[in-house]
Amino acid sequence: MSGLADPTIAILLTGMLVGMSASLLGSFLVLRGNSMLADAISHSILFGIALAWLLTGQTSGPVQIVGAALSGVLAVYLIETLTRTRRLRDDAAIGLVFPALFSAGVILINVFARDVHLDEHTVLLGEIGFVWLDTLVLGGIEVPRAMLAMAVMLMLDAAFVLAFYKALKLATFDPDLARALGLAPGLIFYVHLSLLSGTAVAAFDAVGVVLFITFVVVPPATAYLLTRRLPSMILLAMALAAASAPLGYALAVWLDVSIGGAMALATGPFLLLAYAWRRWRAGRQKRSTQPVQSPSAPA
Amino acid sequence: MGLLADYTLQNVMLGAALIGVISGVLGAFAVLRRQSLLGDALAHAALPGVCIGFMLAGAREMGSIMGGALFTGVVAALLMVALTRNTRLKTDAALAATLSLGFALGVVLLTWIQRRSGASQAGLDSFLFGQAAATTRADLYPMMILVGVALVGVALLWKPLKLMTFDPIFAAVTGLPVQWLERLLTAMIALAVVTGLQMVGVVLMTAMIIAPGAAARQWCGSLLGMVILSALLGALAGIGGGLVSALAPGLSTGPVVVLLATLLALLSLLLAPRRGLIPAWWRRRHRRSHTSTDRILQTLYDLAREHGDWHYRVEQGAVDAYHGMITEPQLSALADRGLVVPAQHMPDEGRHWQLTETGVAHAAEYAQRRRRRFGNGA
Repeated sequence: MSGLADPTIAILLTGMLVGMSASLLGSFLVLRGNSMLADAISHSILFGIALAWLLTGQTSGPVQIVGAALSGVLAVYLIETLTRTRRLRDDAAIGLVFPALFSAGVILINVFARDVHLDEHTVLLGEIGFVWLDTLVLGGIEVPRAMLAMAVMLMLDAAFVLAFYKALKLATFDPDLARALGLAPGLIFYVHLSLLSGTAVAAFDAVGVVLFITFVVVPPATAYLLTRRLPSMILLAMALAAASAPLGYALAVWLDVSIGGAMALATGPFLLLAYAWRRWRAGRQKRSTQPVQSPSAPA
Repeated sequence: MGLLADYTLQNVMLGAALIGVISGVLGAFAVLRRQSLLGDALAHAALPGVCIGFMLAGAREMGSIMGGALFTGVVAALLMVALTRNTRLKTDAALAATLSLGFALGVVLLTWIQRRSGASQAGLDSFLFGQAAATTRADLYPMMILVGVALVGVALLWKPLKLMTFDPIFAAVTGLPVQWLERLLTAMIALAVVTGLQMVGVVLMTAMIIAPGAAARQWCGSLLGMVILSALLGALAGIGGGLVSALAPGLSTGPVVVLLATLLALLSLLLAPRRGLIPAWWRRRHRRSHTSTDRILQTLYDLAREHGDWHYRVEQGAVDAYHGMITEPQLSALADRGLVVPAQHMPDEGRHWQLTETGVAHAAEYAQRRRRRFGNGA
């Protein structure tokens, strides 16, 4: 057991890949004000995972990823349809759709998959500790399957962002202008969310679907507080996410707790530090620009 | 054995009804105030509290577990407010960050407890998806207290809460402490979440807050009616789901309850008499088949007469709006009969129509016929 199949290296690399691909796509979601869609998608894919397992008998692999990614897209479509009836606001539509799909997934697993590897706790919480057990040989090198899937997804995500960077940027900051220029922001939005679902499916082995949200939202939100330029925000978010993996792993080994949970939790201190730094800066700025204390009482 | 099952079922039904009532009542406010997902964040953030409560009590003791969940829920709410008020992060990002970090902390604590105290404490797992069958009579007492507190709170603060829900700015102007009311409402939603931990679980409690409120909104035009109906629908979903999962072991309670509640919401969306999609579609169809081309010609005629110009050009959108339907087919039919013609107006405006000479004559005759038949008021 050496190289990429070494447990520690496999776990660390997989965690870093999950973090980087999640925060790459998550940056655009946070900027667009749609962070809760990550929540909706990552819960909804449980339905797709369960359904694809029932139909194909596989819990991983390309079919599984595509099938479950479709259920993420289905969730987004249902949310938009419900909102369009104008009987519900978008927040209520989100909150109605994803718990229903998630529940359907849990019940499918409850009923049909009682004794199989697939159980709702694993899907929810992940078992990154076991990724090194499931390997395949690629060009003479033993590679953990989950790591390979994440690497492929990261490459797909990066290719999408690089190829459509300008359109994506415009669709994020000014969808009306993007539409006027014929850039089809709606289509870009759906491709983006499909990739996010696919990434979530590939990641569920590692960190589970709920913890995936942490990597989608927290590092981009942290980077958003620290920089004002899009490229530096994305790179910073990816760097923070990648740094959280080894930190979390160390924490998990030290306390003997869930590795996925600890990796997700490790993104938290960065957010708190960024918040504290912002507050400190804001306080200093106020003191330097307002030497006379303002007469109004504090709110 | 039958007696035991009966006793369990009694507990399950009572507990589920309590959860349905409290989440229905508070969910009605959350849905109206566009804060549906607050419950989601509070529910996920309750997981670390469950673990802390367990660690402090040293056993699966409902009182301290609920206290812990309430505590971390409030901390999460404060964190959320701090993030949105003091930084440029938007509400959605603050919600998602708090929710996911809270849950991550919960998972870490959960595994910490499990690896230390062994299999005997696996009961904590049930807080993820809920396990109704495990409800004991002792679990029900803290739930009753929470529901009582929340209901009394809503009743005492009914007027201010109502005002704040529909017109927060006016509420603030009249001197109501809106910020404090908002915090109180958030705290009460946290109460609802905590009540549901045992039976629905942290992952799915959000649906119990949203679905009954969203369903009730479709049927009711008044806040009081909506809150009452929401509580009843919540109780219905809770009792139904609790019974199903208690009778079919292996099914987690939360998902069953949530699917039932969602079903109620969907049925309401489709069927409610005034806002429902099917009645609305039916009314539109009815109106379309009962609005004759003559009535539309009459509209064009009246408009032309009011403007003192028989060739007055009427925008198609205006005719649509007046009749509350798409009038394109009728207008085309009139054009085929040579009574109206499409007309150009400003280049980037919608389509316009004007009467022809025969159209004017035809409409005048129709107007006279109507007057004769219905008198002047028609």
